[in-house]
Amino acid sequence: MKKTHIIFLVGIAALIVALIVFSAGDFSTYESISSAKKKQGTFVHLIAKLDKSEPIEYDAINNPNYLSFYAIDSLGGKTKVVFHNSKPTDLEKSERIVMKGKMQADHFECKDILLKCPSKYKDDKEQLQKTITNQQDSAY
Amino acid sequence: MQFEGEHLLPGQIGHFFVLLAFIASILSTIGFATASFKSDLVQKKSWLNFARIAFVTQLVSAIVIFITIFYICANHYFEYMYAYKHASKELEPKYLLACIWEGQEGSFLLWTLWHSILGIFIMRKSKEWEAPVMSVISLAQVFLIMMILGLYIGNIHIGSSPFTLTRNEIEGPIFSQANYLSFIKDGIGLNVLLRNYWMVIHPPILFLGFASTIIPFGYAYAGLQTKRFGDWVTPALPWALFSACVLGVGIMMGGKWAYESLSFGGYWAWDPVENASLVPWLILIAGLHTMVIFKATGHSLKASYLFAFLTFIFILYSTFLTRTGILGDTSVHSFTETGNMVRFKLFGLGVSFRMMNLMIGVFVSAFTLSSLGMLIANLKKIPSEKKEENINSREFWMFIGSLVFFLTAVFIIAKTSVPVYNKLFGTSIAQPEDVEFSYNKVVILVAIIVGLLSAITQYFKYKKTESGYILKKIAAPTLVAATITTALAIFYPLTYYKMGAGLLGAAYAALFAAIYSVIANASYIWIGLKGKLKSAGGSIAHLGFALMLVGILISSSNKEVISSSMVNGINLQLSGKDPMTKQTDNPLENLTLIRQVPAAMGPYEVTYLKDSFGNEKGRRFYELQFVRKDKTTKKIKEQFTLKPDVYIMKDNNMSSNPDTKAYFDRDVFTYISYAIDNSKNEDTAQFKIIELAEGDTTFYSNGIVVLNSVVKNPHNEKYHFKPTDAALMADVSFISKDNMRYNAMPLIEIDEYGVNQIDDTVYAQNLYVKFAGVTDTRKIKLGIKESDKLIEYVTLKAYVFPYINLVWLGLIIMALGIVMSAVKRAKLSTFYAALALLSAGVGLFYMFLFAN
Repeated sequence: MKKTHIIFLVGIAALIVALIVFSAGDFSTYESISSAKKKQGTFVHLIAKLDKSEPIEYDAINNPNYLSFYAIDSLGGKTKVVFHNSKPTDLEKSERIVMKGKMQADHFECKDILLKCPSKYKDDKEQLQKTITNQQDSAY
Repeated sequence: MQFEGEHLLPGQIGHFFVLLAFIASILSTIGFATASFKSDLVQKKSWLNFARIAFVTQLVSAIVIFITIFYICANHYFEYMYAYKHASKELEPKYLLACIWEGQEGSFLLWTLWHSILGIFIMRKSKEWEAPVMSVISLAQVFLIMMILGLYIGNIHIGSSPFTLTRNEIEGPIFSQANYLSFIKDGIGLNVLLRNYWMVIHPPILFLGFASTIIPFGYAYAGLQTKRFGDWVTPALPWALFSACVLGVGIMMGGKWAYESLSFGGYWAWDPVENASLVPWLILIAGLHTMVIFKATGHSLKASYLFAFLTFIFILYSTFLTRTGILGDTSVHSFTETGNMVRFKLFGLGVSFRMMNLMIGVFVSAFTLSSLGMLIANLKKIPSEKKEENINSREFWMFIGSLVFFLTAVFIIAKTSVPVYNKLFGTSIAQPEDVEFSYNKVVILVAIIVGLLSAITQYFKYKKTESGYILKKIAAPTLVAATITTALAIFYPLTYYKMGAGLLGAAYAALFAAIYSVIANASYIWIGLKGKLKSAGGSIAHLGFALMLVGILISSSNKEVISSSMVNGINLQLSGKDPMTKQTDNPLENLTLIRQVPAAMGPYEVTYLKDSFGNEKGRRFYELQFVRKDKTTKKIKEQFTLKPDVYIMKDNNMSSNPDTKAYFDRDVFTYISYAIDNSKNEDTAQFKIIELAEGDTTFYSNGIVVLNSVVKNPHNEKYHFKPTDAALMADVSFISKDNMRYNAMPLIEIDEYGVNQIDDTVYAQNLYVKFAGVTDTRKIKLGIKESDKLIEYVTLKAYVFPYINLVWLGLIIMALGIVMSAVKRAKLSTFYAALALLSAGVGLFYMFLFAN
């Protein structure tokens, strides 16, 4: 560890720090629907679920890149969501939806959707109980 | 109660061997550890013998456990939870192995098995290093087997056993009946997303990569434990190379899998799970280089210790990230937490953990704290060169390169660990808007540095290089690389405008650095090594790595979406101007194809012909015909069919598998993003036959029908018949009440196979038109169906990935280069060296370039 090393280390460390600071700006946050509404136009993550009392609008023939539905969160917030992409197939079955995007006036303009579906949770015992009970029903 | 039809023996056998393996691994840890501290040779020998027997017992037990699980799954014994969760009757036999490692218990078992097998090699080959290295491996085995122990001590449940019974694990009314098994018709089965050839091959290779990183770790520990501080490097280096090769290939297999069978739209997405396995690899590569430096010059020993330890520590940390459910919402891979909750009194506070998470946490901390603790305690004693590295020396620049790799790993893992900070500090930080870009903008700088370093460094000599030497040797490769990059910039420019000029500039710089490295390493084999291929492993590996970089840069910069709604003439709400090209950029990537109606996609005209069922229940293939025509002559230049498929699972979830047309220089890649279930879309309407002469008019429910003309052997935009064919086309117009005119051209054709009817449709009016025949009075029989059925359509995405084969080719060359170094460092005989190279080469070429 002599001066050349130290110079290089300091140089590289400075570069890394600079990069992290530079990229720190582009972290976003998890928000609730109501707090996201206060941050209009800011990119946030919402964790919510599908509001099954409202219709899902998707017509692939007219426009395969337009999906809209309503989402509610555990704090009672509710918002319309617009997703300019195809409809994730398990949307109706999802238990939880992680959405990335921006709140814009009356709706949440979503860029990306991550679904948490019960069927993917083989380790979820409640779900297994349901499955096995259904098997019995269909056997009768 | 006596339950009917259960097979309890295999489970009992399995559980017995789990316990035996656990005890044997404890005994072998004690044995090897004691042996490593004994100086009396006789005592050492007897402890060694004891420990070896225990370790072999443990290996045999692990094999028996594996076979038992396989047996249970293969026979569909759904009384076992593991079989119920992971196997099913319709599962093809080739996926039986895959269902073993789909579960957490199975993947820990796989890891255990690899440790055991690697342990056998260490016991046979490592001579005086056996005792300390094996004590580390045995200790890891204790932890791994504990994960599948399934033992209750009071309320605490240690490990989750793969042999638990379904009726004990889940509650349900059926389990109160003795014949409950007769109600369980089938298991849940392997997740459909995982029913893929890669699921059979990728996990074992990746876990071999994971498992093998313990060997350099073990040797580094042995160096400290025996106080022979520098001697461990020589025997550890071939193992580190082996590990780098297998882990690297394993990671990229994951990428290839994601690329060709999951609808992520690429081979790398900076997903936390991908990052978690990349980070140890980066540190391992850093460690490899410091070990080589140490062997040549005596520098960088402390760094070698640190990197050898950290590689395995980060393997454990990545296990912690992926297995404890902490990543939760950040990854497309789904995770759950398993195991019961346990409560502790900690500093007077009640703390609750999931037992499994706690055990994994203890595993990580035990290895981290003890290894790093020992390193710090011995830091003063580890010898280091007094003389400073010369800036004109190879070791100096190699060290800088290692450092860059290490810092990149730190950057990636720091970003990936955000969910951990959230858990620890209660924050709610999330990923940025464009996750890939947030990584790419940093990693592209790394690519520039690494490309340049790997190009130039080999031309330096160890210790000191005369200043004129470098310039003389490197001038030609520099010139060639600069010329190639310039030529590319002119004739095949990168089009990564999305993120602005800065990143495009960086991409060009990285492209130059990578090409430079390819050229410089290739020429070094001739200039520096005088064509001695035996010693060229390093240069070949660098060349492969650089080629992979070239492939990554081109394929990700010039990836092109060819499915866009624009061509359907459908309005687009989102349309921003691109800052670079000033063109309207189109973020909408889905295109709906109506059956039998061609649509333009990039250079292709694509038609959704039909769909068909596959062997497996619920799998549907969509036949898409791609036609490329000459722009002026309209002649068909090329035609191929892609069959992406969707898989509808029992619970009606759908998974989509892409299909790819691979060319030498690009891939056309497509997958279904939305589909309706055509089987439920029954059409109850019937064709109504009407008879019309040319020029006749009649009514349909919404207006009038006109038969304009009948054309023999039509040659128009839709059909291309020769005068010698036998085809008749009816040119029909439908004029609806609101005065809209729609044309249809149904056709009848007679060829050597018989009569073909090509129906036409008027979607706007939900009409199907059939050329049904000709009457005796030379009238035309038209079948008209006014359908209540939904239109058959499918929504898809399609991309063109240029030069993606360079990525795979680069990877293969890199892997083979590493194998060459490893066999040379391990001083294998020519026969075994050739065998290793040949099998690695054939395997890799087959898997990555020919298998699909």
